[in-house]
Amino acid sequence: MKISVYRYNPDTDQKPRMQDYEVRPFQGMMLRDALLEIKKQDESFAFRHSCGEGVCGSDGVNANGKNCLACVTPITELSQPIVVRPFPGRPVIRDLVVDMTQFYEHYRAVKPYLVRTDPLPEQEILQSPEDRDKLDGLYECILCGCCSTACPSFWWNPEKFHGPAALLQAWRFLADTRDQATEERLDALEGPYKLFRCHTIMNCVEVCPKGLNPTRAIGLIKDLMLEKGF
Amino acid sequence: MSIPSRHFDALIIGAGGAGLNAALQLASADVRVAVVSKVFPTRSHTVAAQGGVNAALANVLPDNWHWHMFDTVKGSDYLGDQDAIEFMCREAIPTVYELEHAGVPFSRLDNGKIYQRAFGGQSQDFGGDQAARTCAAADRTGHAILHTLYQQNIRARTHFFDEFFALDLVRDKDGVISGALVLEIETGEPLLIEAKATLLATGGCGQVFRTTSNAHINTGDGCAMALRAGIPLMDMEFYQFHPTGIAGKGMLITEGVRGEGGFLVNKDGERFMERYAPRAKDLASRDVVSRSIVTEVKEGRGAGENGDYILLKLDHLGAEVIDKRLPGIRESSRIFAGADPIREPIPVFPTAHYAMGGIPTDRFGRVVVPVGSGSEQVVAGLYAAGECACASVHGANRLGGNSLLDILVFGRLAGKDIIDFVRENPYQRSVDPASLDEAMSRLTRWDQKGGGVPAHQLRADFRKCMEDHAGVFRTEEVMAEGYQRLCELRDQFKDARLTDHSKVFNTARIEALELQNLIDVGLSIAVSALHRKESRGAHSRPDYPNRDDVHWMKHSLYYREADRMDYKPVRTKPLTVESFPPKERVY
Repeated sequence: MKISVYRYNPDTDQKPRMQDYEVRPFQGMMLRDALLEIKKQDESFAFRHSCGEGVCGSDGVNANGKNCLACVTPITELSQPIVVRPFPGRPVIRDLVVDMTQFYEHYRAVKPYLVRTDPLPEQEILQSPEDRDKLDGLYECILCGCCSTACPSFWWNPEKFHGPAALLQAWRFLADTRDQATEERLDALEGPYKLFRCHTIMNCVEVCPKGLNPTRAIGLIKDLMLEKGF
Repeated sequence: MSIPSRHFDALIIGAGGAGLNAALQLASADVRVAVVSKVFPTRSHTVAAQGGVNAALANVLPDNWHWHMFDTVKGSDYLGDQDAIEFMCREAIPTVYELEHAGVPFSRLDNGKIYQRAFGGQSQDFGGDQAARTCAAADRTGHAILHTLYQQNIRARTHFFDEFFALDLVRDKDGVISGALVLEIETGEPLLIEAKATLLATGGCGQVFRTTSNAHINTGDGCAMALRAGIPLMDMEFYQFHPTGIAGKGMLITEGVRGEGGFLVNKDGERFMERYAPRAKDLASRDVVSRSIVTEVKEGRGAGENGDYILLKLDHLGAEVIDKRLPGIRESSRIFAGADPIREPIPVFPTAHYAMGGIPTDRFGRVVVPVGSGSEQVVAGLYAAGECACASVHGANRLGGNSLLDILVFGRLAGKDIIDFVRENPYQRSVDPASLDEAMSRLTRWDQKGGGVPAHQLRADFRKCMEDHAGVFRTEEVMAEGYQRLCELRDQFKDARLTDHSKVFNTARIEALELQNLIDVGLSIAVSALHRKESRGAHSRPDYPNRDDVHWMKHSLYYREADRMDYKPVRTKPLTVESFPPKERVY
């Protein structure tokens, strides 16, 4: 099986190139296994990976033009020859390793933490199962970046538009009945860019390896803004 | 050569649950804290913990911390220190509430309280009926906790050094630990981080085995750094094999599956755990269940074409329970085992999972070593917490749900103690250049060119050898042969070479640095195991099938220099309650 991989090492290369490798497939092989096999043949090849089971979010790559998490992508789902590139729109550090600084900055910018102003109870803050269900489909985000780096609005306005991953987390806290910073959160999302650059292209939904729906979350934030008279 | 340096009050190495909970205490107290992590914090392996965290909240069934303490002592096969265990079980309750207040999206009961499920080795009333003590966020509890802790650290403005690899601890002229030399992975440049206190929170070392539930990053870095600093590792022979890894692959299937009512069957469809643990059955302690599975397979009752695994059945729970309580398991099983547990059982086999042992600490996270005739003296300014540490609350076998608890309780306490320490010791000690040179040589050694053993080959050979010789069942013969082979591989390390000498994001170099850590930690497991001539908890020796409290109710201490062993007594006296004397351990 042939895999064509994007290669660029700033120490030695003037410009990036594609390099082909021959990899022997096996039953149940994931794209990460194939990349590890390449690494065995050529230790200069660099990519991030860790848990191997789709929970740490390290090994997001672009395979055959679509962002995915390598460790949970069976090679049988990819047509050959498989072409693997780094996430689009991010500065490349080396090979498949991209600079995610801006992605994390947007995440931090939405204040992704529970804010509670009331005095805390001695035991847990109560929350009904129905209210807790509102966090399903939100809290599971692994910050892999597949969504934001597949989003044309994020490509065009990476400094100003928060992108689907950060906005999903913005909604995760707005949706949490324990959180007491709704007004501040909505205030912070006002303006033409941070939230409103989402044009519901829905690439984020298509690529999310956890099956989450940032577009829906963004829509719900907009609804809440209307409801609150923003 | 001049190496740039940064100064902080406290340095934390590792950004999993222990490191982040410590960092949160420090940053919230306005202590200048740096967290160094070789991966972005939410990629740390705490993220993969599934089932939950134990605390006697009594939300579902009657419970109290004293029963939790009894179960933990019994689970440890009486090797855990009872003062530390009492402390952890008492602290569990406020710790879980604090986490909930911080935002962890725990699953809920109808009355709005935190959902708790049954887990292995849990009982009410000191060995009575099954308890339900494990607080859960579906089957993604570790993910929920790690992300929440990172989020709260964002709020507290903790200073992170993301994707920096810790090379070694450094000392001053008097030998006092005064920070660490780290490597910025992106640039390939070294950086000296000087600090008044250093906390090792580097997590597990499951990568010493070939088949493991642990991530690629779990290479025992902190344990190996401690060893190289002359500090012994404690109870390393006690390595937990989780009963239910996906067969042949090793990914974890949480004990929560059995807690929710799933059970194991052999090829004949028999619920074989009834034979091994008549009372607790599938919710016996992990060491017991793992041995039972391996025995079933060895005796020819394994399922599958090669009869080399066991089946975990949960389809009878129904789609609704599975999707509500075990959604991540369903996803993993479909992806990696090709089996949808709503319809068919999951093929499972024990997988290397958790180090009960580690860097010896007291219950404040302070590293303690024997000095002279005393068995415990604090190493000034050095702390350890989480899986890399040994407090010792797990003894010879850890209970499910107690590892998230361990990292949170002792991470928090270490943070608190460091606050006091840096206030009492406000002056930074200057690093001894010789110590820095030594740490630097660990890096520059990989600049050597020429033929030699490829580092990745050595890594694979070492892990295979550990798996073959230090697994679930261990005999003198198998272990002695393994030790010899491991020593050969350790010798070969001197000739290991890289072909890639570039600087920017050189992952081959990082893996080579990790290889040295794997070798140091792997040897500590193999040597400690070879010396302990009894069966206790996870250390199971067919040639010494019984627990021997007369000779072996003591902690092992392994020193890297000359593979030397030492021992120290178990602390059997709790803080406020009566001691639990050793009893025969049945489930």
